[in-house]
Amino acid sequence: MSAADSTQAPQAPSPTSSLRLVFTLGLIALCSGLLVVSVVEWTRPIIADNHERALQQAVFDVIPGAVERRDFVLTEQGLVPKEETDARGEVIHAGYTEDGALAGIALEASGRGYADVIRILYGYDPACECIVGMSVLESQETPGLGDRIETDPDFLGSIEGLDASLTEDGTELKHGIRTVDPGEREEPGDIDGITGATVSAEAIGDMLHRSANKQLPQLQGHWSELERNE
Amino acid sequence: MAAKREQEPITMDTFLSGLWRENPVFVMLLGMCPVLAVTNTTENALAMGLATTFVLVCSTGLVSILRDFIPKEVRIASYIVIIATFVTVVDYAIQAISLEIYNALGAFIQLIVANCMILGRAEAFASRQPLGKTLVDALGVGAGFTLALLCLGTVRELLGAGEILGVQVFPDGFEPWVIMLLPPGGFFVLAGWLLLFAWLKERQNQRAAAAKEATADGR
Amino acid sequence: MDADSLSYIFLNAAIINNFVLALFLGICPILGVSGKLGTAFPMGVASAFVMLIASLAAYGINIVLGYFELEFLSLIAYIAVIASAVQLVEMVVKKFSPPLYRALGIFLPLITTNCAILGVALFQTSYEYDFLQSLTYSLGAGAGFILAIVLMAGLREQVDLADVPSVARGAAMSLMLAGVLSLAFMGFAGLGG
Repeated sequence: MSAADSTQAPQAPSPTSSLRLVFTLGLIALCSGLLVVSVVEWTRPIIADNHERALQQAVFDVIPGAVERRDFVLTEQGLVPKEETDARGEVIHAGYTEDGALAGIALEASGRGYADVIRILYGYDPACECIVGMSVLESQETPGLGDRIETDPDFLGSIEGLDASLTEDGTELKHGIRTVDPGEREEPGDIDGITGATVSAEAIGDMLHRSANKQLPQLQGHWSELERNE
Repeated sequence: MAAKREQEPITMDTFLSGLWRENPVFVMLLGMCPVLAVTNTTENALAMGLATTFVLVCSTGLVSILRDFIPKEVRIASYIVIIATFVTVVDYAIQAISLEIYNALGAFIQLIVANCMILGRAEAFASRQPLGKTLVDALGVGAGFTLALLCLGTVRELLGAGEILGVQVFPDGFEPWVIMLLPPGGFFVLAGWLLLFAWLKERQNQRAAAAKEATADGR
Repeated sequence: MDADSLSYIFLNAAIINNFVLALFLGICPILGVSGKLGTAFPMGVASAFVMLIASLAAYGINIVLGYFELEFLSLIAYIAVIASAVQLVEMVVKKFSPPLYRALGIFLPLITTNCAILGVALFQTSYEYDFLQSLTYSLGAGAGFILAIVLMAGLREQVDLADVPSVARGAAMSLMLAGVLSLAFMGFAGLGG
């Protein structure tokens, strides 16, 4: 490492010549570089495969009935398969049923929970205009309290089939998504909260609302592009 | 001490001293960060222990091979580069083996670099001893470290979730002590183990003193 | 407060997710040097200073390595920079305050193996913070570290005067104190939410 070389060089007033020091460090850095590069090259495909499989599993979890997945990116030209474009933007995972029909899409959302940032993946079905599933990708919520957002049946049950239809002009959600106290759902966009995990549950409702309110209007009119054209 | 050891053959004692008498965690109090941070389940504790042992054995082995080649002035820098290399290797290996474990351990895999235990072993032992002995010592210290992690991990998982390795141990009526899984629980459990060992040691000392007195009286 | 706002990042690093008491980073110096307030504070400041350097350097390293697509070398680069920065601090302290240099003794070079410093570099990378955010994060982490080490030192000075059973003296007592502090800091979770 050149950084290490430069620090060691000023220590020259020593029995060993500074040339030898630089040479030794350079040699060690070279060997370590070679070792690291070979390991990275060797594991790269396996790691990519692992990530791919984890994502696949998460997408199938939030879109009931999905057995196949394709990724799209929303660009100026509409929805483009991810592998065909360099454009950066939110990735939309589309899930298809066995006979090739669109089962729904999965979107990522994130926001601040009680302890740290929570990342979730949620499924949306354009046919029923509703949210069909949610799974937590990453959270540091308190075990036994906040982490019940991953297990609480009432909470998760009220997210399944949650209304996410748009207004007439298609610019925003008709019913805002929010988390209310347990058992006090009134509006179609209300989610059952969790006692003891109020902040975490509200954070989920909040990030669902923000993400859906922003992305769904943009996707309006592009659904046909997701249909498989084979 | 090191000069004396050089004459000795490799014995079981080299291995055992790292495992028990000079246990890096309970006796030397080294490498505490991962000990406290990733021991909320037994599985994480085991993975962390094995990863650290691998890095320890590989890097001290290499340091031992290169011990006559590395000039004294740059030894710490060289050791750190060697350790960082093996940690990067482990980092990628764990990602390839299981993403779940990788996500659970988080940044603590990369933080093995900053585990003072490894640098300490490289500096105090590997830089003076031949390869065979270094490897035995590193295995002993690594085993001691893993043992300590498991001690904490099992207690915290048992009390915090009523499970060991994800298998339920306590009946359903058991209300988990969630605090054990949280940061304070780590401090308390480690303090508890240290108390236990201190108590055992004190009792041993008292017995030895009593035995000595008895023999003295007998004469 | 927004999760990306500078004030939240500072608060988060210093108190909510305190490096020592919530994330378990930098336990070794906390147990080793927190015996006296007089040494604990300078140690905290020295560590915080190295954190700042490490954070800025890590930001630069990420740009360079990202440009050459060599991200897998980042860990080796971070630790090399940290080791260099520690030597710099050591030389400065030795020159300007020899008594302090003797008091900190072996723990000064050990800042290199303080996981809190490497932790700052790693976490700011994984959070993808920009320059200002990284700066704020490292300042917050440094403040949190100083806070923790000073609190510990204050408590330990008090406990030294107390009549503690002989088995609980030393490390076990320090760990229990840290546990109680950690409990107290848990109360800050959800702050600013």
